[in-house]
Amino acid sequence: MVNLKTMDLTDAFVELIRRAATDLPSDMEQAIAKAKDREEAGSAAASTLETILKNVDLARKNATPICQDTGTPIFEVRYPLGVSTRALAEQIRQAAAVATERAYLRPNAVDSLTGANSGDNTGIDFPTMHFHEWEEEHIQIDLLLKGGGCENVSTQYKLPDGGLKAGRDLEGVRRVVLDAVHQAQGKGCAPAVLGIAIGGDRGSSYIKSKEQLLRKLDDTNPDENLADLEERLYEESNELGIGPMGFGGKTSVLGVKIGAQHRLPASYFVSVAYMCWANRRARMNVSLTGDEAEVSYA
Amino acid sequence: MHRLTVPIADDEIRALHAGDTVYLNGVIVTGRDAAHKFMKEHFIQVEEVTAVDEPLYAELKRLLDGSVIYHCGPVVQKLEDGTWKFVAAGPTTSIREEVYQADVIKHFNLKGVIGKGGMGKNTLRACQEQPAVYFHAIGGAASLIAQSVKQVVTVHKLEFGVPEAMWVIEVEDFPVVVTMDSHGVSIHDTIEAQSKAKLAELIGV
Repeated sequence: MVNLKTMDLTDAFVELIRRAATDLPSDMEQAIAKAKDREEAGSAAASTLETILKNVDLARKNATPICQDTGTPIFEVRYPLGVSTRALAEQIRQAAAVATERAYLRPNAVDSLTGANSGDNTGIDFPTMHFHEWEEEHIQIDLLLKGGGCENVSTQYKLPDGGLKAGRDLEGVRRVVLDAVHQAQGKGCAPAVLGIAIGGDRGSSYIKSKEQLLRKLDDTNPDENLADLEERLYEESNELGIGPMGFGGKTSVLGVKIGAQHRLPASYFVSVAYMCWANRRARMNVSLTGDEAEVSYA
Repeated sequence: MHRLTVPIADDEIRALHAGDTVYLNGVIVTGRDAAHKFMKEHFIQVEEVTAVDEPLYAELKRLLDGSVIYHCGPVVQKLEDGTWKFVAAGPTTSIREEVYQADVIKHFNLKGVIGKGGMGKNTLRACQEQPAVYFHAIGGAASLIAQSVKQVVTVHKLEFGVPEAMWVIEVEDFPVVVTMDSHGVSIHDTIEAQSKAKLAELIGV
């Protein structure tokens, strides 16, 4: 059994950050390649997607960031009983600083009062970390690098919404999500992945919507109604014709993922986490059963 | 396809139309939120530029005359010899500079701005009057665009932080698309109107 008191995963976290920042997940890359083939040859949409694919390839080969906005690093940590989350949090912060020094990350943590950039991606509540104890024996860490441009077009609706004729049901959800895609146009670096949460309070709903972005594009929602809505919103979002970068075209979104939470009788929130095409996520598993912590990446 | 080198002449700008692909060459300057706010408050809105700000003002007037500003907060690396290298340098969202852009274009005689997502009415009008254009770079294509940055000439206002500093860079065949031209045409307006009509069809409002 690994000595949990002396375990140091800092280097492993640096590698996790490097992978997330420089190596787009293969399901994302395949979806972009498929989208490129669907667009009219010679169109701005097709050439944009081609440029994106070239960039993804180059970033991977050179271990340079896919996008210069390396975003808010969001760590979702699942750990078994006995692991110190305080120690892991400190190691994650150190890893963020090392990754910044190695130019895997842009210095992205700005003091909201003074405007000063901390220079190393650490600060108050930065990076973002959520810890969840679970029954498994290993640690699993998901990292999402959430860009700022697409975060700015992410949004939250409070249903009912009279203007959109959106009531408190899945049809209402459909209406506001389509509105969000229209409002975003190309500003969040379309084509997007949409992470959607229904219910919760304002805070938990936004967190839930971002968690959806960690799902693989080709997974199936266990809730049949949500699975159907995901499919329908994918089709209809693309009918809006916004296209890559908002230049027009058939590809406005690459995937739609929806989760639901219980809510207060008084509230019905729909949160839309708009993620740019550079949906940078990476996973690391740490096995604790041997003498040494064994790290693997997925 | 057009290949342009700064300083860009007015007739070269007038010859561009929304949808054109352009390869840009020469020395340009990055500037985003902090830089635009600074330029407005320290150079444009004042009766007299202070002695402290004067050297940078003179330098920017020289650099920007006939050139373009790039909305970009790069990832840079400081090399052992003290020089800088652009590692990743895609565009940032431009609309945040809408409140400043028209004034900055006119004051410094810009021939364009590079960014992503497009800009609003004031900038479009300034593009018509100047003339200037809005060049759209591919958002997120940061490693690829960094390859067209041949040299980091210098950096100003590094105290704003690396992303917000004003980086003076020499670019070679920087690929962009004109999405707002000097004739009042904005691809962004066209696409938005189309998607709005389609949205109305889908949800009946």
